[in-house]
Amino acid sequence: MADRTRIVGGAFQALCILACTLIVLMLAVILGNILIHGLGTVTPSFLTKAPESGMTGGGIFPAIFGTFALVVLMTIAVIPLGVATAIYMHEYAPKRSRLVHVVRLAIQNLAGVPAIVFGLFGLGFFIEFIGRGMDRVLYGGELVYGQPAIVWAALTLALLTMPTVVVATEEALRAIPQGYREVAYSLGATRWQMIRRVVLPQAVGGILTGGILAVSRGAGEVAPVMFTGAAYFLPELPTRLNSQFMELGYHVYVMTTQSPDVEATKPILYATVLVLLALTFLLNFSAIMIRAQVRKRMRHGR
Amino acid sequence: MKNLSMTRAAERPSVWSDRVARGLITASAMVAIVSLVLIFIFIGKEALPIFTSAEIQEEASIGKLFLPQSAGEGAAAEYTWQPVSELPKYSLLPLLVGTLKVTVIASLIAVPLAVLAALYTAEFAPVWVRETVKPAIELLAGIPSVVVGFFCLMVLADWLQGVFGWAFRLNAVTAGIGLSLAVIPIVYTVCEDAFSSVPQAYRDGSVAMGASSWQTASRVVLPAAMPGVLAACVLGFGRAIGETMIVLMASGNAAILSLLPTDSIRTFSATIAAELGEVVVGSAHYHVLFFIGAFLFVITFTINLFGHWWVGRLQKKLQGAS
Repeated sequence: MADRTRIVGGAFQALCILACTLIVLMLAVILGNILIHGLGTVTPSFLTKAPESGMTGGGIFPAIFGTFALVVLMTIAVIPLGVATAIYMHEYAPKRSRLVHVVRLAIQNLAGVPAIVFGLFGLGFFIEFIGRGMDRVLYGGELVYGQPAIVWAALTLALLTMPTVVVATEEALRAIPQGYREVAYSLGATRWQMIRRVVLPQAVGGILTGGILAVSRGAGEVAPVMFTGAAYFLPELPTRLNSQFMELGYHVYVMTTQSPDVEATKPILYATVLVLLALTFLLNFSAIMIRAQVRKRMRHGR
Repeated sequence: MKNLSMTRAAERPSVWSDRVARGLITASAMVAIVSLVLIFIFIGKEALPIFTSAEIQEEASIGKLFLPQSAGEGAAAEYTWQPVSELPKYSLLPLLVGTLKVTVIASLIAVPLAVLAALYTAEFAPVWVRETVKPAIELLAGIPSVVVGFFCLMVLADWLQGVFGWAFRLNAVTAGIGLSLAVIPIVYTVCEDAFSSVPQAYRDGSVAMGASSWQTASRVVLPAAMPGVLAACVLGFGRAIGETMIVLMASGNAAILSLLPTDSIRTFSATIAAELGEVVVGSAHYHVLFFIGAFLFVITFTINLFGHWWVGRLQKKLQGAS
């Protein structure tokens, strides 16, 4: 009996260890493969030059620039929205309010909406409704904003990444001792003064974490931007809000699936994937570092 | 001067800046709700003509989407997705079967791996294992899905075909393995939360009765957290059914009606991604694609609502028990 118990226990534990090993192994194989094949091609000129000779030469600077511009615009929209939502739920709304419950459900559900559905929404709402509407009212029907553009792609991404910012900010707000708020009130501060001078400075770390995670997520998404503004090849960089743009993830997708000569584009393709991966990992890593710092400080502060 | 403004604020707690801030912040908080409603309206609006417009129904009515259609006089009625042809055919059945096939395969791979790994790291893994697996999961969650799709298409598909010699290089299994990578992090995270919300007293009681640590884990912790594990599976399923780039790149995109896991498939999400770019705005094809989008939205919305409600209920129950 004791033997049987030990054998079954051992087998169960072996299964668990196998599961952990497989997960780590899959990750290692993907990262290793991309690193080995991509590293040789990532040179300074690859990062700073435009594509040449039908994507078989040159670099990916326009895609890097486009991705950067896209996430900057996205951040401008998502940080105020996400932070304000978290502040409302944590600082303004009465405890156990039904509305907060609904807002929280909406945030959770927004996080679960498929990326491609955001793409459809961006096309149907931002481009066809808002963009076309602006063109009718402001430009007399001329096609200015009623077409795929970087601003629409950025706003679509902002909705997609908003839950990330809300969750991180809320965590930071929860960690601020209640006494800080009470002291501010006792000195006669209004709620907004208290939030601006006490809560927000304390929550900067959490907001930063959320923002970086949102950028990392946004920089890698393809499905929401493929109909709202991303283009395969453009001779010019996006300079206006209604320009189309090149994006790293979209570049990878089109090169992988629509290249006439896969073998010739392979080195560049691998290098592009490596750049995209390095970018998202670097962002994730810094977010994790900042979050760890913030959590540590919070523990010491108490 | 500053002092004065502070005292005045205390006397009159709602100065104008406070009122403006309150208004702006409350309005921002409504954006999430409004967005969900707008998503529903704007995708539903474009899907609606399938039910209301006689002209669109000529090509694509609900019956045509779900019932077998004959291609012409004397031809056998069948289920075909062929939106770009002389006589467009919009049967959703091949897409539905493809979506379910790849989702089930991904779940079959992801769920055991993620649940066992979560149980192990939550209950008895040495610290160094925990410190390896947790960041690995976080990294996995951070890989853009287009990169996973790229890897499946360029590398994994060749490896698998080399070993098994399948007729289709890109098929439901290849895509399912890739998709499982996107599902593992969410199942793992929700499971781990469920395991760690099991009160310590349960474990202490079990160990005090002479149970070993694995007996405690498999017969006490796992059953107590079972609703959470189920919710994790449901949320993972919701993630898998909507994931686009991996299946778009690795599944072969052929709308074949078959149950064989090694046939190529075309999923709902991949169909939207592949076809929306070339479709004529306002055509029957356009409205069918939005109908698929609305369908995906409603499915994932229901799954998420149910999953989160279920998780919340479990946590309340376990907190009450401790």
